Amino acid sequence: MMELNTQRMEDFKERSRYLKLFAGAAFLLLFVYLWHLQVIKGNDLRQLSENNRIRIREMVADRGMLLDRKGQILAHNRPSFEVFLVPEDIRSNPEALEKIGEILNLPQEEIDENIKGLKRRPAFRPVKLKSDIDWNRLAILESNRIHLPGILVDVRPRRAYQYDSLASHLIGYIGEVDENELRQAKEKTYRMGAMIGKHGVEREWEAQLKGTDGGRQIEVDALGREIKPLRSVEPFPGNNLFLTIDFDLQKAAEDAYQDKNGALIAMDPKTGRILAMVSKPSFDPSIFARGVSAEEWRALTDHPFNPLQNKGIQGQYPPGSVFKIVTAIAGLETGAITAQTQITCTGVFPYGNRDFRCWKEKGHGTLSLHQALVESCDTYFYQAGLKVGVDAIAHYAGELGLGRKTGIGLPHEKAGIVPSTSWKKKRFGVSWYSGETLSVAVGQGYLNATPLQLLILISAVANGGRLHLPQVVERVENIYGEKLKEYPSQETGRANISEKTLRVVQEALMGAVNEPRGTGYASALKQVKVAGKTGTAQVVRMAADFKKGDMNRMPIKFRDHAWFAAYAPFEDPQIAVVVLVEHGGYGGTAAAPIARKVIEKYFDLEASAPAKAEEASSDSVYD
Amino acid sequence: MIDRRLFIHFDWGLLGIVLLIVSIGILNLYSVTSNEETTGAPLYLKQVLWLAIGLGAMLVIAFVEYRFYTDFAYIAYAVAMVLLMLVLGYGIITSDAQRWVKVGPLTFQPSEFVKISFILALAKFFQRYPGREGYSLKHLAFPFFLLFLPMILILKQPHLGNAIILLLVFFSILVFVKVRWSSLITLGVIGVSILPLVWRFLKDYQKRRIITFFNPDLDPLGAGYQLIQSKIAVGSGGILGKGFMKGTQCKLGFLPEQHTDFIFSAIGEEWGLVGGFIVVGLYFLLILWGLRIAVGSKDRFGAIVCFGVAAMLFWHTFINISMVLGLMPVVGIPLPLLSYGGSFLISTLIGIGLLLNVSMRRYLF
Repeated sequence: MMELNTQRMEDFKERSRYLKLFAGAAFLLLFVYLWHLQVIKGNDLRQLSENNRIRIREMVADRGMLLDRKGQILAHNRPSFEVFLVPEDIRSNPEALEKIGEILNLPQEEIDENIKGLKRRPAFRPVKLKSDIDWNRLAILESNRIHLPGILVDVRPRRAYQYDSLASHLIGYIGEVDENELRQAKEKTYRMGAMIGKHGVEREWEAQLKGTDGGRQIEVDALGREIKPLRSVEPFPGNNLFLTIDFDLQKAAEDAYQDKNGALIAMDPKTGRILAMVSKPSFDPSIFARGVSAEEWRALTDHPFNPLQNKGIQGQYPPGSVFKIVTAIAGLETGAITAQTQITCTGVFPYGNRDFRCWKEKGHGTLSLHQALVESCDTYFYQAGLKVGVDAIAHYAGELGLGRKTGIGLPHEKAGIVPSTSWKKKRFGVSWYSGETLSVAVGQGYLNATPLQLLILISAVANGGRLHLPQVVERVENIYGEKLKEYPSQETGRANISEKTLRVVQEALMGAVNEPRGTGYASALKQVKVAGKTGTAQVVRMAADFKKGDMNRMPIKFRDHAWFAAYAPFEDPQIAVVVLVEHGGYGGTAAAPIARKVIEKYFDLEASAPAKAEEASSDSVYD
Repeated sequence: MIDRRLFIHFDWGLLGIVLLIVSIGILNLYSVTSNEETTGAPLYLKQVLWLAIGLGAMLVIAFVEYRFYTDFAYIAYAVAMVLLMLVLGYGIITSDAQRWVKVGPLTFQPSEFVKISFILALAKFFQRYPGREGYSLKHLAFPFFLLFLPMILILKQPHLGNAIILLLVFFSILVFVKVRWSSLITLGVIGVSILPLVWRFLKDYQKRRIITFFNPDLDPLGAGYQLIQSKIAVGSGGILGKGFMKGTQCKLGFLPEQHTDFIFSAIGEEWGLVGGFIVVGLYFLLILWGLRIAVGSKDRFGAIVCFGVAAMLFWHTFINISMVLGLMPVVGIPLPLLSYGGSFLISTLIGIGLLLNVSMRRYLF
């Protein structure tokens, strides 16, 4: 046994001889090279270490520009002068610190805070004192440079938005990268303090917009002045994005809102390209690029009308009478009603132990489906809804894109709610009451939709049932103008709705705008045939004794939201618009005129033919 | 209980070398981090705590009859693999990689312990005597499996340094256990020829990382900067060094990672050529000591374990110091017993415990 064992161990001895030799050679190499560095090159390296002033200066890449579809610049970069201090260089010289504070108009405490605020700052790493100083201060600083050791001025690109708050929700904003984002960043590297897209296109297209940062090794003298650059990596700018929006249309839409709140989106119904996207109130994205102050942030977040929310995709509202389009389609497709079905409206429809009221107190009399849509009669759709049933309504709402995200590719898009019997069972664990169907049939109750979803809906109606992916970016180009990516129109589905049904609805929408009794008469144009549907979304349930006209006396936050969804021209739709005016009251008076201005502007541009609408008499138009 | 002969044969020499190196390590860490303002306990104190735990673990490992580890080897390996998967699943994500697992208040890096369990598993496999001819390729399927599983998991974190160490320890052991030269050469050829294939499957940013790994000049702001500063630090030490606590390079923060991967540059700066020679010499002695224990072992398992530990110490030391001196690209491989970091210190001391274990049982059985 012992012999066998020794035999077996012999092999190890043999091989370990080679391995010892190998290890010996490796360590010999280390010894020799230590000798080389410390003895032969020792003096040189010691000298280098004594004036070790090699520093690293970052060079931030220009962020890609944002342009509208015609190449109008919306977001670009401008140079910003940033002042840094190397605290080690100034420790022995407190007067200099005072002088700096004086020039920059910075209290000493703030300077101290800046310096001490950074834990474990490597020595000689510059600390930022102030960014974006003006030319005057820069000139004073430069002329006093000799007395101010340790001060560095660096030029860095600063995000600038050409038209302040224009399309601020679509564009979004950028800000300093936070810890979460630092961890998640994989392909692109971010340094502490780097800027990153936080919202809107700036966020979703971050990978394209951010370029590649560079930097420089710089040798500086004892006063921190740069002697010579050693090696550098040049920054490479990000790519430019051409958005689908049209600057002039966007501007017209924003102006049309005046001081009202809400959302407007315009889209080419045949391609899904977004032509304008407004959310009001808006904000100025440039305040985030320079670092938003605590007060500014509080003012934005405490604002009662949520300026930071992109209401077009994040706001969920009852669609109101706009939803009658869906009820009508469901009725026609299931055969529950026909285009000829007549229903009489007396102004009130008693069902169960409740009175369901029509917006027109005196009643509409006897109506066909066409008239009911044109005049937006509630009673007609209460009864039609009962015949169709909530599940069929929910089915066709789904066919037209409600209840799910559109996939527009902007952050925080909401999906809305399309209620059905199974939805209610799942959500609340109780059965559906048929009385609730009545609310849904006129776009109230549990129903919720974003303005963008209603835009997809109206576009599908205009466009033979085709659903398109809404897109906000048309193409990506690099700084040399070479096209890197293009986003062709994308059809995401086709509503299973007959040609005949669509025709009936389309004609009714046409009537709602162009017939004098139509609720959307305020948006009628002479040169272009507009088709559309108004809507009024209740914020609170109307009291039983609510009188017409009381709306103006209600507190603003209880007033109804006004809707209008439209497309034009009727024969060959080129633009679809949805307008929401929060707490605006009635769709016909508050929302329709805004849509008209946008459509007017659009055709001004396209045909350059003057088109003046006659002032619609809107005093009798409400819903 | 414990055999009295164990104390007679206890390897005091090995313990002495190790204690000498860790003492230098603590002193050095104290010097390097003395002017850093950190929250909580100073780093050198934390390291003393880790050291105490590590020495305890070392002694426990040393006194348990090592044939017990034979039965335990594959289980230890399996546990280590589960921990690695946990890291990928629930690990704390530090700036660049997922390497840590948190258990109560402690965080540790399972990939450090994988190395030890990997050596144990290989030793268990190779303890069977292959005959005078040695192992050939067809015997190596299972060992390759043992290698690739942790390598893939560690690369996924990603921790290139530890994956490289696993690979190098693996091939060192293959040479030691007498895999035929012809098989080794075949393996080498296969390895080199599949490299371009692997390259094609890498993502762009991974390629970039590897390119700068081989040519730090392409990254003058990161790895390249570190290299220059490291060389200046070591070289400026001269023959006698600047003296304890008198180093400027490391103090002034020119060197990132100065207390972990680049700790040797501080030794070179403060203690000069004399200090450098002593430290490198101590490592050489430690590794030769390990090899001697391996060859003197009474059985194959003990021999292979000790050789594996010695190989691990060798590769870590050689690559780390070469990197600090600018002889090799910068890669995250710390210096055993000197670099700051609890997991690696403890796993190294566990390895030393195995050496002590085999050493003091060389006359038993």
